[in-house]
Formats: sequence, structure tokens, C-alpha cells
Amino acid sequence: MAVASVQVGAMADEISKAAGPGPQGPGPVPISLSINREKKDFNLEPRVTLLDALRNHGPLTGTKEVCDRATCGACTVFIDGKLTYSCMKLAIDAQGHEITTIEGLAKNGQLTAVQQAFIDCDALMCGFCTPGLVMAATALLASNPHPTENEIKRGCSGNLCRCGTYPHVIKAVLKASGAAVTENTTVIQVFGGTTSVSSAARTEPGPPGKIEATSPIQEIKYGSMA
Amino acid sequence: MAAWPNPSEVLGKPATRLDGVAKVTGQAKYAYDVQPDGWLYGMILRSKWPAANVTKIDISKAQAMPGVKAVILSGGENRKVRYYGQELAAVAATTKQACLDALRAIEVTADPLAFVVKEDDAMKPDAPHVFDTPNVSDPKVEENGQVDQAMASAPVVYEAELRTQIQLHHPLETHGNTVWVQNDHVTAWASTQGVFSVRDGLANNLKMPQSNVQVICDYMGGGFGSKFGPGAHGGLAAQLSKAAGAPVKLMLNRLEQGLAVGNRPSSLQKVKFAAGKDGKLIAADITNYGSPGISGGGQTAGGGGGSSIAMPYIYHFPNSRVNQYNVVLNTGPASAFRAPGHPPASFSTESMMDELAVKLDMDPVEFRLLNDGDGTRQREYREGRDKFGWASKYQKPGTSPGTVKTGVGCAGGTWGGGGGGTKAEVQINPDGTVEVRCGTQDLGTGSRTVVAIVAAEAFGLHPGDIKVKIGDTNLPPSGGSGGSSTTASVAPAIWDTCQNALTALQQQTGVTDARGANWIDTCKKLGINPLTAQGAWQKGFSNSGAGGVNFAEVEVDTETGFIRLKKIVAVHDCGLIVNPLTTTSQINGGVVSGIGYALYEERVMDQMTGLLLNINFDSYKIPNIADMPDIEVVLLDMPERGVIGIGEPAVIPVAGAIANAVANAIGVRVHSLPITPAKVLAALGKVPNVPATSV
Repeated sequence: MAVASVQVGAMADEISKAAGPGPQGPGPVPISLSINREKKDFNLEPRVTLLDALRNHGPLTGTKEVCDRATCGACTVFIDGKLTYSCMKLAIDAQGHEITTIEGLAKNGQLTAVQQAFIDCDALMCGFCTPGLVMAATALLASNPHPTENEIKRGCSGNLCRCGTYPHVIKAVLKASGAAVTENTTVIQVFGGTTSVSSAARTEPGPPGKIEATSPIQEIKYGSMA
Repeated sequence: MAAWPNPSEVLGKPATRLDGVAKVTGQAKYAYDVQPDGWLYGMILRSKWPAANVTKIDISKAQAMPGVKAVILSGGENRKVRYYGQELAAVAATTKQACLDALRAIEVTADPLAFVVKEDDAMKPDAPHVFDTPNVSDPKVEENGQVDQAMASAPVVYEAELRTQIQLHHPLETHGNTVWVQNDHVTAWASTQGVFSVRDGLANNLKMPQSNVQVICDYMGGGFGSKFGPGAHGGLAAQLSKAAGAPVKLMLNRLEQGLAVGNRPSSLQKVKFAAGKDGKLIAADITNYGSPGISGGGQTAGGGGGSSIAMPYIYHFPNSRVNQYNVVLNTGPASAFRAPGHPPASFSTESMMDELAVKLDMDPVEFRLLNDGDGTRQREYREGRDKFGWASKYQKPGTSPGTVKTGVGCAGGTWGGGGGGTKAEVQINPDGTVEVRCGTQDLGTGSRTVVAIVAAEAFGLHPGDIKVKIGDTNLPPSGGSGGSSTTASVAPAIWDTCQNALTALQQQTGVTDARGANWIDTCKKLGINPLTAQGAWQKGFSNSGAGGVNFAEVEVDTETGFIRLKKIVAVHDCGLIVNPLTTTSQINGGVVSGIGYALYEERVMDQMTGLLLNINFDSYKIPNIADMPDIEVVLLDMPERGVIGIGEPAVIPVAGAIANAVANAIGVRVHSLPITPAKVLAALGKVPNVPATSV
């Protein structure tokens, strides 16, 4: 019996350490979080996740809710600089740590190299996975500034995308690391060249295109325009 | 109006997205993110029986709970439910936690009934009936020529049973809406592929005039065919908002997403192809059984949700017969899913083509060139074959040495598409700024950027100079984004509108060429009033009909069954390419989606409980970045054809090409999707056969 009491007591101590001082729930309790270097006070039930707190009480909705079960990475934030799925962390447990969300990356409207490379390489489509992938890529480059393609695949494999941006994500991370990237697309002018590679008219040029013109093949017949 | 310019300044050049900054900084607001003052959470109570007579739903305890603002029924108390996940009631409350507590407090009394969730079971004579009618429908029959005679005399015949699984859309942003009903006005923020279809659905649900309902979709997190109309969940959100007198956000969770808002129907295809000794196809006989769950479309209001597939597919058979049956199940309704009916048809047809090529001792590409009458695809096969290095990579099936075997395969597809029915408006301000307005929506395809590109081309400006307003029913109407019709509908409408504006601007100011360098000075002459102009889609600027072929290279470990994709070459045409950068993204995305269909994805139902077993992404496997092969895109640019969509064509040939590459590697064929390691090992005779789980 004594042994059990010691164990139960030790466990209770651990729980109280994790949960912080004072009475906890079942109703809302005061929770204080440091988000993007700003202190924010909440009144939340202890069962509220960090993801829920950020999105619905923050309100910082750049962090996305997709699976809510640590399988997709859309809710990725940094906790003390470490990549974390915010759906798997209770808000009450995130007290005393520095939380960085996607909103905290760009400073004074200046995009980070990763954010700019995602735009340049079109590493985003619907954009719902993008904040999480930008966070993952940022963390990868912080620990490995010049990753190989395989290291990028490994470093970003905690994040799912349903539109299929992956090939462009790989290019974007390479570009953000300073590596030269080329688009893996060939455009063939079926009826002879009218399109050129020039992107001089752009305010934000896309990634360099590998665009080749080939001789027209005239024997192919196409329907007229509808 | 003026023809598409040749040469062009902006059209056809890679342009980054207008909304890139909003998406990489987390500023983009999706329906999931909108938080109007005083908003409530909405959640749905769903049937936990796959079939039952519901007799009583007691909501009184839930209504009395703290934070709960409204509890409503969905369809009354005395009713029959036909699938696990069917809507029974809904709650609105001040927190997520209060909603969850309230759902648990609703008491439902029901008499469970016998049910069936697997196609093979539903087709048995003693199967429980999903409806009062038989589970298997009458066949839809199409017949040409003399199939039986042609088959009997054909020198080469191949017959097989091929199956495709039920695939779930799983857009990362789940289905849902934030709806605010205020007296005689409704504002809804919808995650949708068609703002006007949501407006009309909500107006109908609330019995309100359509003009009193405004639907907004600035950003949406993917749909893939499943997000038209407000859905049952949208109607419930509206009723909750009305009852609570506050805005209600009702976004589904991942389980609900898998249960109730659409899927790609299965197929069980019995296929027989015949060819002559010269390799020319002679006859096809196809019987398909497919399941759309309880129905095609259903309450998710998706078009094209039936289980019929596009057979016979792209090859010409002088003699053909197709019998198609729908098999109903006690599972959620199907809905349109990226190229409905085509990926299963391409998979089976192209599998059959490779087997015939082997029997005829012909190169698979040459066999296709002999039988595919489409000139564009012929060119695509030739271009793709060279890019891929087919001549040096192709070897006879099963001849790759060692335990890890390599193989290559190819497959083709076709899609209609086409444009129409879009209007737009442009406002040119005296300071030279331009705002283009159109009630289309951007699903992530880049349609917002398409609008800017076309306007920039018309005015000699940069796409970044154009302000684009889309995704709102208060804007000029445009259709739903389905059938790969958005770019073909929107681009001509914007071009017409901007040409009208340019003409008016030049007339009003007396400037002969207001474009480009003259723009700002010309606009200054407008004085104090901005210039507005309207326009609409016109014939002659878009087209329908696109093709595509894929080449795939795989490595198959014959000891583990693991398939590693090495390379995919995707060759496509889509007429005038508006933006090669986002077009490449669309094709990459189609390939990635096709990889999931070929190798990983399958809805698995539990026949004991009728519940979806693979609820989330830990067990419903979608492709990961680590699965990516080298993907190379080849685009045939044909500006002379006008604008054609590419979203759906891109997904079609992927599974067929991968399946053929796997068969080429190991020398035996896996006849069902997804091609899992277990099925590979079973095909090699190393483990017992695994039954296909969903069909």
C-alpha cells in the first residue's frame, strides 16, 4: 500500500507540474501564452488544445486544423523553436514556452526566404497545407541549411498536401537554401513558336522556365474553336 | 471582340499567384477561419447505425446544457436512416467543448435493421435491401456491331476482371460553412466550388429569396468535385443560425468527411477485348458493377456521382457492348470526383491493352499508336516516349533481373471540358488602378491569377497591377468550378470585358492606344468618375476536348511487395496555356492524386458495424512528399484552339500507367486498385490472395 501511495503522490506531483499552479478545471481557467513574442491571456478549459486556442481564441487562423490527430502537419507551430503539432498539445501545457506561428515568420511585411521561394516556385495551390509546410521547411533549413532533395523529402514528410504541391515544395526548399532550380516542364509549340520564355513583364517573375520550341507538325488536325 | 493576341505579352508566360503572399503568411481567410462577432460552433449528431428505424430523438438535456444556444433535428424523429453518419440532429454552442458535450447528451432511440456495406455482399440474392427495390439496378446498355460473332472469330482475345476501389476526396479543408441568418438577410462563407449553387441551396433551405442571400468564398481548401451546393451540413448551419440568432460555423471533422460528403464510386469490371493478328482492335465486351453508396450526388448535390464509367474508353472498337449496373450500399453517397468515370476506365482499358500487346508480341506504345485515332495523343505518345527514354527502358514483362525489379508502362486519357456562362465587370479608376470582378472562385487552381493575367494582357499592364475580386454572389455570375471548365469560362469573359473597357476608355479620352506606357496618363483624363464596363463569355476563345498520356517507371521489391515510383512523364494538351507555372502545378497535382488512387487510397468499411474503418490520414493513406517520383511535365501548346481546362485530364492516365509498369516489372498483373504490397506478393504467389476490401 505504501508503495502505491508513493507512486500516486509522485504522479500527482508530475501532473501539477505539467498543469501549472492553482485549481484546474473542469471549468475555464486562466491560461497565459506567449505567442509570436506577445503575451496573451485566455480563459480556457484545460481540455482546449493549443491549436484550438490559437485559432478560435487567438484568433490566429493561419495555423490550420485538418486532421486534429497528428497525422497531417497543417497545425505545425514552433514551441521554443521546435516543430510541434499544435493539435497534440494542450494550451495549458504550452504555458511558459515561446510559441511561433505562421503569422510570426514575416517581420514588418518582409517575407522570409522560404515564404518567397514558396511563391516563386508555386509551391502552394489551395494553400491550406501551406502554413504547416512553410513552418516545416523553415525548421529544416535552420538545422540543415543546404539539404539534398532526399533530406527535403524526409524533413517535410510530416506534412500532407492534397492538391499535390510536393514537386514544387521540393524546388522551393532548394531555392530557399540558395540552390539553383529549374522547372521540369517543357512547352512544345505545336503550330510554331508564338510563346517565348521572357518574363520581363512580371513584377514577380516565376521560376526560370525550361521552355523549348520544336518544329510544328502540321499533319495533326484539331477541331475548330467552340 | 479582338482575338487572343499573337504574339502575347502576358498570356502563356509563367506568373506567380496573386494570392501567394496571403497564403504563405497565414493571412488568407478560408470558411474555416471566418469569425464574425458572436459566432457559435456548430456540430452534427450522426446515425451510429448503418440502417435503422429512428423512433425518438430527445434533445431536452442537450438544450439545457451551459453554452448551448440551439439544438435542432435533421429530418424529424420518425424516419429511416440508411448509412452510418446520416444526419440526425445538430447543435450550436459557444465552444467546441460545449458542442461535444451536447452531442453526447442527445438521446436517440432506434431499431437497428440489417444492412450491407460491401458490393459483393449486396449483389447476393439474400442480401438485405438498402431500399425497397433490389440493390442491383437494371443495366444501362450500349451496343455497337456484332460483339459475340466478332469475339468468336477473333485471333487474339484477353479477358479479365478488374476492380477499382472507393476513393475519398479528403480535401484538407473539410466541408463546411459559416452562416449568419439575420432577419431577411443571409451571409454565408462557404468552402465551395460554386458560390451561386450554395446561394440557391441556402435560399431554398430557408425559403428566402435568392437575392437576400450572399455567399462568399475568398479562399477554399480543396474540393476535387465534392463541394457544390451547401450540403446537408450547410442547411443545418443555416437552421442553427436562425434558431440561435447568431452566426454559426459548422465545419466537418475528418470522420464526417469520410462518411457523408462524397466519394469516387467503385467499379467491378468484367472486360473482354479482342484484336486481329495485325494488332487492330476488333471487339470489346464490358460489364461493370459500381457502387455510389446510397446514391449518386445525394444531399451533397454533386453532379456526376453515379457509378457508370466511360467505357469503352479511348480506343475504337468496331464491335462493342457495355452493361453498367449500380449497386446500392448502406454507405454515404458518391459525388463527382476529379474526372468522374474516367480513371477507372483508363485503368482497366490500359491494363487490357498491355496484356493484348504482350499476346501480340508488340511494343505497348506502338500498339497504342496503331489503335488510338486521336492525333493529339499520337503526338503526345511520341514526345513522351522520347522524353521518358522508352526505347532504352522497355523490356519484356518479368525479365528485369534481381529481386528488386524495374518496369515501365504507359496509359492515355481524354476529357471534354469547355467553357460558357460567365459574366464580368471591370472598373478603371482615374489613377490607373484596375479592379476586375467576377463571381467565379479559386479552388487552388489559380483562377484568381488567370483573371489578372487576361486583364493585364488586355491593358498592357502587369498581373500584379490588377486587383481581382472573385468568390462572391454579389459579383457578376459565373458557374461552378467543375468539369475543368473554369479557365475556359472565365478567361474569355475577362477578355471580352477588358476589350469593352479599353474601347470605352479610348473613346472617352480620345487616346488611340491607352495600353501599357500610356495607361496612367490616359486614365487621368477620365476626370473624377471611374469607368466601368461589362462583358461575357463569347464563342471562339475556348474549346473542349483535351488528351493526355503518362509514362511511369517503377521499382518493385519482390520480397516485400513495396513499389517505389521512379519517374512519371505526364504529357498533356490544354489549348492556349494561360499560365504555364500554375498549369504545371495542376498536372503535378493530378499525378500525385493518381498515385494515391493507384497505390495507397481505399475506403474500408467494417461489415460488422457499417462504420468507416480508416477514418484519418494515419490509416487512409494519401501520397506523401517522400513518395514523390521525378515528375516531368510536357505541354503541347496550341493557342489556336483557345482556352481548355486541365484539372481533370491530369489525373486520368496515372493509375493505368503505374499498373502497367508494375505488371511489366514483375511479369504478373495485379487486377485491382490500390496496388498494395500484399497484392503484389499475392500476384507473385508468395502469400495467399487477399480479398479486395471495398469491392
